[in-house]
Amino acid sequence: MTEQFAPPPSRGCSNTPVLKERGQHEVFCGLTGIIWLHRKMQDAFFLVVGSRTCAHLLQSAAGVMIFAEPRFATAILEETDLAGMADAQQELDRVVSELLARRPDIKQLFLVGSCPSEVIKLDLAKAAERMSAQFAPNVRVLSYSGSGIETTFTQGEDACLAAMVPVLPQTDARELLLVGALPDVVEEQAVGLLEAMGIGPIRVLPASRVNDEYGIGPNTLYALTQPFLTDTHEALQRRHATYIAAPFPFGEEGTTAWLRAIADQFGVSEAKFAEVTDAPRARARKAVAQASEALRGKSVFFFPDSQLEIPLARFLTRECGMEAVEVGTPFIHRAVMSSDLDLLAEGPTIAEGQDVDKQLDRCRDARPDLTVCGLGLANPLEAEGLTTKWAIELVFTPVHFYEQAGDLAGLFSRAVRRRDLLKLEAAE
Amino acid sequence: MKLTVWTYEGPPHVGAMRVATGMKDMHYVLHAPQGDTYADLLFTMIERRNHRPPVTYTTFQARDLGADTAYLFKDAAKAAYERFKPQAMIVGASCTAELIQDDPGGLAETLGLPIPAIPLELPSYQRKENFGADETFFQIVRHLAKPMEKTARVTANLIGPTGLGFRHRDDITEVTGLLMDMGIEVNVVAPMPASPSDIAKLGQAHFNVLMYPETAETAARYMEREFGQPYTKVVPIGVGATRDFVLEVAQICGLEPKLDESRLRMPWYSASVDSTYLTGKRVFLFGDGTHVAACARIARDEMGFEVVGMGCYNREQARMLRGLAKDYGVEALITDDYLEVERRIEELAPEMILGTQMERHIGKRLGIPCAVISAPVHVQDFPARFSPQMGIEGANVIFDTWVHPLVMGLEEHLLTMFREDFEFHDDAGASHHGHKAKLREIGITDASETETVSPELAQPNTGPVEIVWLPAAEKELKKIPFFVRGKAKRNTETFASERGVNEISVDTLYEAKAHYAR
Ligand code: SF4
Ligand code: SF4
Repeated sequence: MTEQFAPPPSRGCSNTPVLKERGQHEVFCGLTGIIWLHRKMQDAFFLVVGSRTCAHLLQSAAGVMIFAEPRFATAILEETDLAGMADAQQELDRVVSELLARRPDIKQLFLVGSCPSEVIKLDLAKAAERMSAQFAPNVRVLSYSGSGIETTFTQGEDACLAAMVPVLPQTDARELLLVGALPDVVEEQAVGLLEAMGIGPIRVLPASRVNDEYGIGPNTLYALTQPFLTDTHEALQRRHATYIAAPFPFGEEGTTAWLRAIADQFGVSEAKFAEVTDAPRARARKAVAQASEALRGKSVFFFPDSQLEIPLARFLTRECGMEAVEVGTPFIHRAVMSSDLDLLAEGPTIAEGQDVDKQLDRCRDARPDLTVCGLGLANPLEAEGLTTKWAIELVFTPVHFYEQAGDLAGLFSRAVRRRDLLKLEAAE
Repeated sequence: MKLTVWTYEGPPHVGAMRVATGMKDMHYVLHAPQGDTYADLLFTMIERRNHRPPVTYTTFQARDLGADTAYLFKDAAKAAYERFKPQAMIVGASCTAELIQDDPGGLAETLGLPIPAIPLELPSYQRKENFGADETFFQIVRHLAKPMEKTARVTANLIGPTGLGFRHRDDITEVTGLLMDMGIEVNVVAPMPASPSDIAKLGQAHFNVLMYPETAETAARYMEREFGQPYTKVVPIGVGATRDFVLEVAQICGLEPKLDESRLRMPWYSASVDSTYLTGKRVFLFGDGTHVAACARIARDEMGFEVVGMGCYNREQARMLRGLAKDYGVEALITDDYLEVERRIEELAPEMILGTQMERHIGKRLGIPCAVISAPVHVQDFPARFSPQMGIEGANVIFDTWVHPLVMGLEEHLLTMFREDFEFHDDAGASHHGHKAKLREIGITDASETETVSPELAQPNTGPVEIVWLPAAEKELKKIPFFVRGKAKRNTETFASERGVNEISVDTLYEAKAHYAR
């Protein structure tokens, strides 16, 4: 298949001045990532050291209480811990010992910092070290911050993966590492395509079990599957691994560009690449064309949420025929975002950070055909007559790579189609 | 430090949000990190509110901590006043801001806003959501309401309803009707949907109807003391309680008791022969103290169930519930530990649970039908239709709601006849509930994970002897409707082990059935 993409825009958004906002943020904190991370790492337990608010956030974000005892919980700090009546480190030891005694299936434990634990300067790294020594070799204990004063929504996954990089053993093997916690079906598709091109061995971070882990070193090549993994990216740089820069694998174009960047590193021929990708590309193209019918010519406005906004805006503008009005994102990390920014044609406001009330004003003025926003804003905006898509579904649903490209477009177009379908007037 | 998996109550500032969100022209400035904005979705998604909660979060970050978080608060409060122009504000801290001790109340005062800015002290590390709502409403009343001349006609305030309250919207309508029938007018309903200027008029009512002690008892006591307004102690949930409530109100006002029962269908539905199968159903109740107490009475006296256990998660009601439980000959379980509730339910093996959304999950796992009687509740417990818990219509609604999970589309006495029917075989589940297919929510939707191993087959035999089910008996066991199968299995095993039988045949199964038949 020859390239059928629109040529890259003459001017992308890489040099567009960014509107930086510093006001009320309406975003979850990094603890939220636990909801999908614990599903991915099947022998891991996530213990948040925090407050009742943290426990309540997890419960509200999870939405469904799937298990009686899920593999996450909150050690709620109490008055005694704060007043220094109880030594918080000792208390933590007690809670963890009880937990591990009851859950012998746990092989890795993450102590997750929260705002309260950070404000009182409870040193979880120290605790993790102590516990690792105590519970080795059965359980590995690591720590990271998911707090709302340090992290925004998807940055929690980033912090978690970054914490895992230093403890991976050293290797000189030339291996490909895919970074990002993706749903299994999606991950298998990616691995399948790459293996069909003769690329291997392929490793994944996070591995689904601690024993499945591998080494890392100067011959490791890695690609990110999610745009928010910037700390992990830096941790891998410190291990002297090589980053394969590429647009993120959303939609047919993103997936192809991402695969091609990897294939180039592994010397895959044009013919081989075409042989492996032609069929799924054609499928993806067809699926997107169908699913995006309702989106063509429509405008879209992004509130900052998952850091997926820029790659998704690229997908919606280039593959679904939409026009972006504003692309808000919590952070822009140029090193990993530039390929996507280059492809996103100049025009939309690019906003970093948030001042939610001002942004709502801009959104109301623009009256976009579709607004991508968090759960707290969706129904209120719908009530004002705007069509919305909740951003959180984009991180909970399989949306990467070819076979999901149509689903990804569908997530957006369903919202638009629904508004056209509902007819409540009298028939006359 | 306390290990917590699922919680019944949020932190106290969520209680304050429930008050603010229920009100009009009130704004809440909350000193809190960005992640705490998750609480908006409780109102916009679960309760389906069509507006954002009137809350401004300061969303301070780590880098602000070294510098100055106090000015952030002041800026946010000023901006919120200018943008929303509320009649009054409440200001306070979430758990994190409590630790940095910026004193939102003091800061707000320095702004010299032209409206009252009411400071809230909600100890996040000791108390919880209901306390937060109760304390917030009390502070609002204390700051805004003053003694007043009473209205010429007999009037009452309805106090307690909040945002995210279980059926509060519809209870207000129902209780207003009850009072109207007695010629009593409603003065103010608060906190939901009152504005600060309504609150200022609370003092002119003759008495208060305390609808939900969880959220308004402190305010009720205060108004009794300061404004000389007696308040009602009976919560009119159930037929008997509604009648008692009418008597209590009549007594307070010196009026004739009057209750229009023309729409009351519940007693007849309960008496009709079709309901015979409800007799002696063993039920376990859990929720907030008020709803559990009211529902225990309905369960025993109006439905003819046997109450085998009860409990509440809010310690504020522990003493009341312990006393009540004694009357029922059971021990009250006072805990906010979900796993403890699950263990108790497993031990008691009730035939039905009356609980919160948490117990609904326990019920799903254990294969025990469950009806929801109390917060915390989920999106489907905010129905579009009118469905109060209080008053005459509330009683009708409760009958329907409780019977619904039990009938399983077939009354029990018909089950034997139909048990092999293709539509009602056990794997079909409770067909009209559609839970398996319907794990909507925002979360993960992997149906396979939600399928629990049917508990009765997963449980190891616990008797002293290893008990084996012969294949034929096991097959027979599967023919028993799934929601009573766990009990049948346990009974048969107990029966067998008491007799030293270690192989269960079809005969053993039926001997046990005969033995336990009531
Ligand atoms: S299954 Fe879903 S809807 Fe039902 S109570 Fe649980 S979370 Fe709520
Ligand atoms: S923002 Fe902070 S306090 Fe709030 S839930 Fe997140 S970690 Fe906990």
